[in-house]
Amino acid sequence: MADLPLWFSVLLSACVLLGAALTLAGCFGLIRLDSFYLRMHAPTMGTSMGGGLILLTSALFFSFTEGRVVLPEIAIFAFMSITTPITLMLLARATLFRDRLQQQLDAKEDASLGSDSNPPAVPPAADR
Amino acid sequence: MSEAILSWSLLAAQLMLALAMLMALYRMVRGPRAQDRILALDALYVVALLLLITQGVRTASHIYFELAMLIGLLGFVGTVALAKFLMRGEVIE
Repeated sequence: MADLPLWFSVLLSACVLLGAALTLAGCFGLIRLDSFYLRMHAPTMGTSMGGGLILLTSALFFSFTEGRVVLPEIAIFAFMSITTPITLMLLARATLFRDRLQQQLDAKEDASLGSDSNPPAVPPAADR
Repeated sequence: MSEAILSWSLLAAQLMLALAMLMALYRMVRGPRAQDRILALDALYVVALLLLITQGVRTASHIYFELAMLIGLLGFVGTVALAKFLMRGEVIE
């Protein structure tokens, strides 16, 4: 490792520690929060701020040690910040679809069980 | 002195990221439904990417960067395919 000035290594250390701590907090939320829709928000801390800080550390370090501007980390950061909302939105839509399907199945089952005594309260598959 | 600060804080960051990977792994093994497992797998991909980046800074080599980019691409495609599978029951229709 090349000899870095003190302020620069302190800056890099602060960036990488803060990024790792934010990622850890996001994954802690993944096991701590209660429902899926709450849990979906937790790991985005790691992908946005934590990933940004760690990639910034890498970009600064290689720019300093090699004496030229090294920017491919920006590509990873841009890719991550574009793809994470896409995947989470797809996952949320799939989960909503599954929940709705389960509700419809439950309603139909209730209606068929209690059909001889009282009419079904919810008309099956009224929406969509 | 400055080298020691950087290498120790990189080690601490790697330990924190490893702990984060363990937490995501817990959710992936334990997760009550399929979408929880997929979400945890996506988080696991991202944390592994960051762990590789810190390892690259530690060893001052560019190889880990390529690996991190590969993980990023494959993680995105894998999560999208799994979400599509949850939605439709098949990946390619």
